[in-house]
Amino acid sequence: MGVEGIGARVVRKEDKRFITGKGRYVDDIKLQGMTHAHFIRSPHAHAKVKGIDSSAALKMPGVVAVLTGQQIVDDKVGNLICGWAITSKDGSPMKMGAWPAMAPETVRFVGQAVAVVIAESKNLARDAAEAVVVNYEELPAVADVQAAIKSGAPQLHPEAPGNQVYDWVIGDEGATDAAFAKAANVVKLDVTNNRLAPNAMEPRAAIADYDSAEEHFTLYTTSQNPHVARLVLSAFYNIAPEHKLRVIAPDVGGGFGSKIFIYPEEMVALWASKKVGRPVKWTGDRTEAFLTDAHGRDHVTHAEMAFDANNKITGLKVKTYANFGAYMSLFSSSVPTYLYATLLSGQYNIPAIHAEVVGVYTNTTPVDAYRGAGRPEASYLIERLMETAARQLKVDPAALRRTNFITQFPHQTPVIMAYDTGDFNASLDAAMKAIDYAGFAGRKAKAKADGKLRGIGVSCYIEACGIAPSKAVGSLGAGVGLWESAEVRVNPVGTIEILTGSHSHGQGHETTFCQLVAERLGVPISQVSIVHGDTDKVQFGMGTYGSRSAAVGLTAILKAMEKMESKAKKIAAHALEASEGDIVIENGEFKVAGTDKAIAFPMVALAAYTAHNLPDGMEPGLKESAFYDPTNFTFPAGTYICELEVDSGTGKTSFVNFVAADDFGRLINPMIVEGQVHGGLAQGIGQALLEHAIYDANGQPVTASFMDYAMPRADDLPSFNLSHTTTLCPGNPLGIKGCGEAGAIGASAAVINAITDAIGKNNLEMPATPDRVWRTIHAA
Amino acid sequence: MSTVKLTVNGKAVTVDVEDRTLLVQLLRDHLNLTGTHVGCDTSQCGACVVHMDGKAVKSCTMLAGQADGASITTIEGIAKGEELHPMQAAFRDNHGLQCGYCTPGMIMSAIDIVHRHGGQLDEATVRHELEGNICRCTGYHNIVKAVLDAAGRMKVSQAAE
Repeated sequence: MGVEGIGARVVRKEDKRFITGKGRYVDDIKLQGMTHAHFIRSPHAHAKVKGIDSSAALKMPGVVAVLTGQQIVDDKVGNLICGWAITSKDGSPMKMGAWPAMAPETVRFVGQAVAVVIAESKNLARDAAEAVVVNYEELPAVADVQAAIKSGAPQLHPEAPGNQVYDWVIGDEGATDAAFAKAANVVKLDVTNNRLAPNAMEPRAAIADYDSAEEHFTLYTTSQNPHVARLVLSAFYNIAPEHKLRVIAPDVGGGFGSKIFIYPEEMVALWASKKVGRPVKWTGDRTEAFLTDAHGRDHVTHAEMAFDANNKITGLKVKTYANFGAYMSLFSSSVPTYLYATLLSGQYNIPAIHAEVVGVYTNTTPVDAYRGAGRPEASYLIERLMETAARQLKVDPAALRRTNFITQFPHQTPVIMAYDTGDFNASLDAAMKAIDYAGFAGRKAKAKADGKLRGIGVSCYIEACGIAPSKAVGSLGAGVGLWESAEVRVNPVGTIEILTGSHSHGQGHETTFCQLVAERLGVPISQVSIVHGDTDKVQFGMGTYGSRSAAVGLTAILKAMEKMESKAKKIAAHALEASEGDIVIENGEFKVAGTDKAIAFPMVALAAYTAHNLPDGMEPGLKESAFYDPTNFTFPAGTYICELEVDSGTGKTSFVNFVAADDFGRLINPMIVEGQVHGGLAQGIGQALLEHAIYDANGQPVTASFMDYAMPRADDLPSFNLSHTTTLCPGNPLGIKGCGEAGAIGASAAVINAITDAIGKNNLEMPATPDRVWRTIHAA
Repeated sequence: MSTVKLTVNGKAVTVDVEDRTLLVQLLRDHLNLTGTHVGCDTSQCGACVVHMDGKAVKSCTMLAGQADGASITTIEGIAKGEELHPMQAAFRDNHGLQCGYCTPGMIMSAIDIVHRHGGQLDEATVRHELEGNICRCTGYHNIVKAVLDAAGRMKVSQAAE
């Protein structure tokens, strides 16, 4: 490892622009002649749009246009799509209602756009929006997933009777029933996985610019995957063919999944810019983010786990109702199915699993992938079940987990996934040691003497990341391939540009990706730049989500580097009059092994471009590209243990210690990996203690600002105690598993297991607010 | 319309704005100082924090007119040329930022926290004082480290001056 190579704690190259205020986010961009959009959104959860009168607004100063849902339908802009086909257990395809970018006839959630005002300034657009009169006829609404499946519930889409999108199953029902029939003990649990609002700190924004002479659009947008945005906008929404649409995702202020999706606002901005003949900018405010960014989680689950007389798990049955909101967002269908139920084996040997997932429409904001996406729901369920089982079976929770750990790899679970490697005992040992698990009983007794309820909670998570082999996801219904591309361009002076289809919105790719180049060539990272986020610069890419950028994106860069190095070695060998096989790369030089003959990398690059003395038949230049498609998911795993105290008088929880022992395979930059874990833990703890996107019975959101929705603040969280154990991922040459989502996947169960341990009552829903904890403590 | 005269990052500025213009709009839209961000519109998140006459204020929660005659410092105005402010350097060195969106407001709040507490900062105080700044990326762990680190650096640089 060099000072800037793989494994080095290199400070980030991108930081200087962010700490000096020179970041360039979408809202920072101004175009000549730019207009501003303000959306008129439904205040009702369910209503017919009977009429829109924009005559007064159109007379107001600075108003350029008022455009409606009917116009966007008339112009044949496509409806929003869901890109992953799921088949119900009866063989029928999932049932979906149409989702136009602005509603022409019916609104189905509060915040759905019905029209847009385009004006000379944002303030003028807002003023005019006040003067647009929309006549609604209110309809009965339903927000709760269990209410929505009852007979007589308000119906959202005629295409989906009973509000049911699908009723999907996985696993072997007969084998699972047989396991339960023979079980020595059965543990049952009902859990709700609370709905969350992603809340990247930068609100979504878009600027669309139509060039009528070239019939070409440019879209600046807050996207985690600009190429996927271009593909969907072109292929499905009829905006423009791909070569006539450039999508740029510049600095993006956090995503957490919510900026994967192509939203109505980008579509409307593009369409409107052509209609008004000027650039159109839309920047969401925080309340719009709460109303329209795809939410996360929102499951209601009943689960049962069967054990034999030796406390070995013999079977697992799960039934989950997943709330999709009012429309099927881009990847929503895959989240409670292939990203959730396929992880229900956890870290454990479970011979038989059967899960059923019912996807349900409600009059709420659409739900899709949010950090972890299905895997937090699976991990929370399994780890709450394990804790419940340990209490019921009266065994130590860590020991029960150890009894059931998978220890042989590869391991085929009954729910599709084939775990490639891992060492679950190692991460459990590391976490138990870090928190002094053995000394907990003494600490609990001492806390009790001080009048405090102390608890400890274990969570052993596993996730499937590096999403994923295209062939595999294709066979499961995905509409896209999930490879990644890279291009290595060596300039004649030996500086290097790496073009990647991954997109950094906080992950630090501009540093970590350079570290791979530094490792291989021995050049300083200052000589390397990372180019991403622009469809005109990077040929194609699948973007950043699912902890895939290092495992998939960086491997694509490695493949392109290998091709470039191979050509460079030929050039060096020719120049040094040596055999190509004798050339080694060290400290920025190409050397003849065992001699003092060497040529510096910039001279190799220059030779490639002067082309005065290349090997016979070799093309000039030094530029190579690669597409990399992995052979399997990766399987990061680890153990989190939380120790905390509960004040029985107030129900308030205070952290004593939070330890994390993660196995992410090889780490490129441990500093950045730790940062990813910290942030994930905060989101997992936020879900456990604070966060809940709440709707009233009529579908009115009651948490639509930071005044109502409890975002984790600095004093809600502890400092974290992190460590790593390592089994290298065999599925990619760098041995990387991915680290972006682990914290959010594993943390919430550790917290709830600890609180329920402290208060001595097992049933407690998230978020465990002081009020809820107090009521649980003092319930009869 | 009103004419607002103020000093921004040491330069005298006169701007004609609508009366309802917020200070953050004046900075971002009229002066192109886009380092100051808007994250919530309700004075919760602190992405918009700047200094007015040396004190941290949320620039989304005051009118530009209220800053008439004041001296405003934004994230763009705290480095001395190429030399970063110790708080900026501490955020970089401690990996106290990821997406960077909350960072300008965090840094401006953190400088104010150090100024108000002098050398008497500990982790609990920093966490409490950061209540008005929300970060979704870092879990605050490295932000807290950065502020404590910078508090030490700022004491040293003050002693040197």
